Amino acid sequence: MIDLIDVYKTYETGTHALNGIDMHIDDGEFVFLVGQSGSGKSTIIKLLTAELKPTSGSVLVNGYKLESIRRGKIPYMRRTLGVIFQDFRLIENKTVFENVAFAMRVVGARPREIRKRVPYVLQLVGLENKGRRYPNELSGGEQQRVAIARALVNNPSMIIADEPTGNLDPARSFEIMLLLEQINALGTTVMVVTHEKGLVDRFTKRVIAIDEGKVVSDGMDGYYSYEEAH
Amino acid sequence: MKRHTNFFYLIGQGIKSTFKHGFMSFAAVCITVACLVIINSFVLLCFNLNHMVEDLQRKTQMVAVVDESFSEQEARHLGSQINLIENVHKADFRSNKESLAAYIRDYEEALFDGLSADSMRHQFIISLEDNSLVIQTKAEIENISGIAEVYADIEVSNALATIRDVIYVASLAVAAVLLLVSLIIISNTIKLTMMDRKEEIAIMKMVGATNGFIRLPFVVEGFLLGLFSAALSFFIEWGLYELVLQAISKQNLAFLDFVPFGSVLVAMAISCGVAGFIVGVFGSLMSIRRFLRV
Ligand SMILES: Nc1ncnc2c1ncn2[C@@H]1O[C@H](COP(=O)(O)OP(=O)(O)OP(=O)(O)O)[C@@H](O)[C@H]1O
Ligand SMILES: [Mg+2]
Repeated sequence: MIDLIDVYKTYETGTHALNGIDMHIDDGEFVFLVGQSGSGKSTIIKLLTAELKPTSGSVLVNGYKLESIRRGKIPYMRRTLGVIFQDFRLIENKTVFENVAFAMRVVGARPREIRKRVPYVLQLVGLENKGRRYPNELSGGEQQRVAIARALVNNPSMIIADEPTGNLDPARSFEIMLLLEQINALGTTVMVVTHEKGLVDRFTKRVIAIDEGKVVSDGMDGYYSYEEAH
Repeated sequence: MKRHTNFFYLIGQGIKSTFKHGFMSFAAVCITVACLVIINSFVLLCFNLNHMVEDLQRKTQMVAVVDESFSEQEARHLGSQINLIENVHKADFRSNKESLAAYIRDYEEALFDGLSADSMRHQFIISLEDNSLVIQTKAEIENISGIAEVYADIEVSNALATIRDVIYVASLAVAAVLLLVSLIIISNTIKLTMMDRKEEIAIMKMVGATNGFIRLPFVVEGFLLGLFSAALSFFIEWGLYELVLQAISKQNLAFLDFVPFGSVLVAMAISCGVAGFIVGVFGSLMSIRRFLRV
């Protein structure tokens, strides 16, 4: 569950990135976060992952109050999230299997659990036969699936994706969105940041539109409500 | 069980990265070894100087000269009075004849030609329990009636003791500087590894690894570098020391009474080990501290 109440973020450079954001996302929802470049989408993601602290306002994620969280607790908060980026962020010298297993290992999972769980998530993202490949032996879409598998492997209650399809062609992008929808159907909350109007309109999902650090529309009417608000 | 497997995984990571940065690790080990060898050379120097000072002090004697009006018989009786003084370890009587013989033996005979035993005086050769009380004891012996003069050749060992103390302080300063140098070198090597694995660390943080978990492989790496340097410096030190001992014995410098390495072996091993441990572990912690602050 995400709860942002009157959140402001001003960077050290003086840029007012967020100017009073209010947003509530319940467990089990699927949400698109849209907006022009520089509107503050990535800033919101960084607040949700505790990479940044809000200048003011309250940020509640899965029961953790991030505006006042102790540093030692941040790792445990992050284990409730699975994060995906546009640039995949895989480790080049580890195999697909190792990349996914790595995420379990660094939170202290037993080898036996790892051997059981990793093949399961690889099969979930459709890579059951590619565990031994290295990232540079995969297509962009496949690499993003590895990243999704890694985000899922510790069984987070929420997936947060910042432009997951930014580097992919429309067909691959659609497949990735279908995969995220499928994951959402299994009970995981999903929040996807994207630019791609066409993609958003192929789904009937809640769309939150941001402009200049404020929520300008929020509803089930697709990307158009955002365009009309302009 | 759970902690166990992770522990070995992390140790493995540390070992791997030590070898991956072979050249930098090699350079760091070389510099650290050089620093440790220099530090331990100073330790050995201090150790030997101290050994020599103590030895000299043990051998230092006083000579109490008996008034010339005393006959040999009377002079001998003074011995019991001298022995009553608490700090006196032993007082050996030496008659004027024996004194002359001793002089002639110690110095060139010709110098004493024509000298008769009568021109020498009866003496006591006195060794002390505690050489630091030499001045008081000297005064006490002088107070005995019949003792004309007391000579104490304590100056040499005192001078050596002063030199030893100066070198002690200098060694401490040198050791502190060199420890710092090795600390910085190791710390920079680890930092290099960390830069190399920046993305991996970012991913670890993203998926919720604790700082302790992220830190451990780097501490292992530092520890290995430190330990390896320590072992290497220990054996180099040993070899160098044996060379020095050989050189001394060849050069007929026997008065430089160096202790054999065997008697400082354990102390040296501990000294190397502790220094290596400190440099390795603290060096790595130093470099990680700033890195984990996000
Ligand atoms: N680290 C930073 N320091 C200073 N200003 C920043 C920083 N990161 C972002 N900004 C500024 O904050 C504003 C919002 O940036 P943000 O990255 O959140 O936009 P975005 O909506 O993700 O854009 P895009 O769609 O291009 O990714 C922009 O004006 C940007 O220049
Ligand atoms: Mg962005």
